[in-house]
Amino acid sequence: MVTRTRISTSEIIEKVSWLCRDANFNLNADVLDALSDSYEAEGSPVAKEVFAELLENAKIARECQMPICQDTGVAVVFVDVGENVEITGGHLYEAIHGGVRQGYEKGFLRKSMVADPLNRTNTGDNTPAIIHTELIPGDHIKITLMAKGGGCENMSRIAMLTPADGREGVIHFVVETVKMAKANPCPPIIVGVGIGGTFDYAALLAKKSLLRPLGTKHADPETAVLEQEMLERVNESGIGAQGLGGWITALAVHAERYPCHIASLPVAVNIECHAHRVKTVVLGNFQ
Amino acid sequence: MSNIIHLKPPLTDDDVVHLTIGDRVLISGIIYTARDAAHKRLAELIDQNKELPFDIRNQIIYYVGPSPTQPGRPVGSCGPTSSYRMDVYTPRLLEKGLKATIGKGNRSGNVIEAMKHYKAVYFAATGGAAALLSKRVKKAEVVAYKDLGAEAIMRFEVEDFPVVVANDIYGNDLYEKGVAKYQRK
Repeated sequence: MVTRTRISTSEIIEKVSWLCRDANFNLNADVLDALSDSYEAEGSPVAKEVFAELLENAKIARECQMPICQDTGVAVVFVDVGENVEITGGHLYEAIHGGVRQGYEKGFLRKSMVADPLNRTNTGDNTPAIIHTELIPGDHIKITLMAKGGGCENMSRIAMLTPADGREGVIHFVVETVKMAKANPCPPIIVGVGIGGTFDYAALLAKKSLLRPLGTKHADPETAVLEQEMLERVNESGIGAQGLGGWITALAVHAERYPCHIASLPVAVNIECHAHRVKTVVLGNFQ
Repeated sequence: MSNIIHLKPPLTDDDVVHLTIGDRVLISGIIYTARDAAHKRLAELIDQNKELPFDIRNQIIYYVGPSPTQPGRPVGSCGPTSSYRMDVYTPRLLEKGLKATIGKGNRSGNVIEAMKHYKAVYFAATGGAAALLSKRVKKAEVVAYKDLGAEAIMRFEVEDFPVVVANDIYGNDLYEKGVAKYQRK
């Protein structure tokens, strides 16, 4: 008989609540590094000033524990649940929604969710969260929360390319998406690209690719080269920080690939703004 | 690099004729906030020939919907929202004497033409620099449409509020010219 690791919903609520605030107040070191490298590298004086403001903004947000951006986002939550974990005191999803409700209230974060896409009444507590769950081996739960802004999410696109479009077709679609977005997603952006799978899975891959820390190389060398090439092509656009012209339009392009149907080449591009707010917590036993 | 220009609203023609795209400007004094829902109401009043809830002649409107105000602060985080959604209303406000708008992202051809015609400018504030911009707001009070919550019209008293001239009164567009300058292909 295997002993199961017990994790309570009250602990999940508390941790998710904190993740909402932590994500919105404290920009991660990888993003800060990317912004300060860009400040050094940027050739346009107007864009350079934007980078200086973004660094100063992050500092103020941290010191005063106030939101980096007034759009405090949709709470997108990725949960890896260990197969040997027993959740006590309630249901996992209810606990996550509860944590988001509490975190957005306590943190004075803006509530941006409407209950219905057509009737558009605000739910008043920023729930529901968008939850992606995965079962994994082990005795722990890993929760990653991304506070995803609306402006950049709106500039995302998906295409079902043909296999003949190939690598160049994918690159072209990514660059075209960035060019169409112009200043609207608050550049400098981070571009998440999902290649393969199915219509729905490509979009999930694109969003998941954004979770990898900036400045890290993709484990697969071929994908790493593709990412680098896409980044260079995106930055040739000249859009620059805030779309006012400059060398750095994107801080990074991340890509994930997955097997797909012989007839298909799905590609999804998820655009993320510079206020890249992602935090992770691990509950239970984790070596 | 252009010099830093200090402006204090209400703005005169003389203030705006000297502004060109790319100029960095620090605004001190009173600015008004309005975004989607408030614009809809203002435009309705104009269409019905009714008086607006504040005198917009020579004033600046900032497109923003702040996050909730934390205790002890005048206002929450308050970075600019995308301006293109206000494009449909802006020419009517410029006709009534509005002298400048602050937001993020490019404006439509109609708005650029109207700015030329009425001698008005468009300033870009840094999208996402919402904590920094909040610190430049010294006082905030609702002047109209309290029922709209974060979308109510507020009067901000700002100090050294940093913006850049994105469209001047001569029809120049920094979004176009800036990008063309740095395009590498």
